[in-house]
Amino acid sequence: MSTSVSTTTRPLTPAAWRPVFGSWVTAYKRTWRGSIFGRFLSPLMFLLSLGLGLGSLVDKSSGGVGGVPFLQFVVPGILAAQAMWVAMGESTYPVMGAIRWNEKYHAMLATPVGIDDVLLGHLIYVAMQITGASAIFIGVAALFGSFSSWWVLLALPISVLTGMAFAVPVFAFSAKQEGPDNFNILFRFIMTPLFLFSGIFFPVSQLPAFMRPIAWVTPLWHGVEANRSLALGSPDFAAVAGHTTYLLVVIAVGGWLARRAFTKRLVV
Amino acid sequence: MTDPDPDLLLHATGLTKTFGSFTAVDGIDFAVERGESFGFLGPNGAGKSSTMKMVGCVSPVTGGELRVFGQDPATHGPAIRARLGVVPQKDSLDEELSVEENLWIYGRYFGLSQREVRARATELLDFAQLTDRAKSTVEPLSGGMKRRLTIARSLISRPEILLLDEPTTGLDPQARHVLWDRLFRLKRSGVTLVLTTHYMDEAEQLCDRLVVMDHGKIVAQGSPRSLITQYSTREVLELRFDTDDHAQHGDVIAGIGERIEVLPDRLLVYTEDGDAAAAEVHLRGVRPLSALVRRSTLEDVFLHLTGRTLVD
Repeated sequence: MSTSVSTTTRPLTPAAWRPVFGSWVTAYKRTWRGSIFGRFLSPLMFLLSLGLGLGSLVDKSSGGVGGVPFLQFVVPGILAAQAMWVAMGESTYPVMGAIRWNEKYHAMLATPVGIDDVLLGHLIYVAMQITGASAIFIGVAALFGSFSSWWVLLALPISVLTGMAFAVPVFAFSAKQEGPDNFNILFRFIMTPLFLFSGIFFPVSQLPAFMRPIAWVTPLWHGVEANRSLALGSPDFAAVAGHTTYLLVVIAVGGWLARRAFTKRLVV
Repeated sequence: MTDPDPDLLLHATGLTKTFGSFTAVDGIDFAVERGESFGFLGPNGAGKSSTMKMVGCVSPVTGGELRVFGQDPATHGPAIRARLGVVPQKDSLDEELSVEENLWIYGRYFGLSQREVRARATELLDFAQLTDRAKSTVEPLSGGMKRRLTIARSLISRPEILLLDEPTTGLDPQARHVLWDRLFRLKRSGVTLVLTTHYMDEAEQLCDRLVVMDHGKIVAQGSPRSLITQYSTREVLELRFDTDDHAQHGDVIAGIGERIEVLPDRLLVYTEDGDAAAAEVHLRGVRPLSALVRRSTLEDVFLHLTGRTLVD
């Protein structure tokens, strides 16, 4: 008895993820104008409200956070958070929709394209989105003097890894959904608390002791810490390497889960 | 082992598909040769789509043996799929993209170059009579147009077998005829067609040979004509009465024709000569609301084999 269709073996074309990626890009070309506007707007709003608004208050009353102006403290963290948001947006509805609504994945799988290509092509597209959003954020924030070091350029790949550390496991989650109901739970009870308690606005050392480990295991805190360390100059490279490794591990485990979920859902 | 016959494109023995404790396809045998037009006829839930998905190498075989182009889907899935064109039951088009973009992105999945894809798309849009809609998004197109686009899309890789799962379900009569015309052209140009349908007229129009499926099993097979000859009479007399229960009229006309089927809304008298049967009904003093003589169809074959109608 054979229990598998070789949808997972290498197809004829050596890089069959490329047309999959290409099809997502083709779809994006129709909507990019709307999304690019939001990409610029998001950092602007944060910079105005937190940097210039709240930041000037904090700096006046306490001289910043640990001697760092609040703007420079908070912006690298929000950069990581935005990577998480973009990742969540790209890995929830589009993934479930491609399985449940428009059967985009099914159409791909009827061709020589296999499960791995479908997954990889879509993930690379998501990585591209996070890269674009993060690059714009860094550019806009730099104009406001949010960074004190050129090392912030390394915050771009760190932010992409942070985003992917959410996107990849969420791909696995979304592939299992029958409808969008659980996405609200994900946004409200996971994303929002993480945004508030991952050391973006204040150091996690301010948290009650029992809450700190939660920050440590979720990817966002690692992204925030690494980004901040780089953006403030004189980064602690050992710590940055540690955070990077952690993010890579989450991505690897997530990739294994996503591959399993996709296979279970699409090869029946 | 002998070399596989290169013209034996599909070959299944004891092919089985189960989902948990449910058996969707229950040990079926069939073979399709190059150039043939082959159909799976049966009601919804007969196992036709499950069979098509196994043949399309997207659904693993649970039991039995399946060979497509002489190869095993379990080990040669992508290689087989590269030579298949698939028209799924649901169109699965990218509705936000334009008609031509749908063809382009699909062609790329087969590893075709950008240039090649564009050249073929132009050709196929002409074939699908969609040239003037090339730049339009898919979403506002009619059901028939979307179906034609799905067929055009499936042809972009120049497949050796075209798999069509319920190609005209949900389309209006005119759109169906346009589609049949296109499929007939493909058939004449030598493409092997394998299709499922629960429309007997579709099966009669398109299939050289077909199998009748019911509850996951094949209950009969042959050409549409031979099936009708074997399992039905030449003509059918349909009688309708002004009654809630047509069964009570069955006794009155017993013995007329070769066989009588009682349906909720009418009585069917199977006979070689429908007019003679109608005359005899009249002689017995029976006065139905209407009496209609027609030729036997595959619907009658199915009714005879299973006691049920195809579309309910």
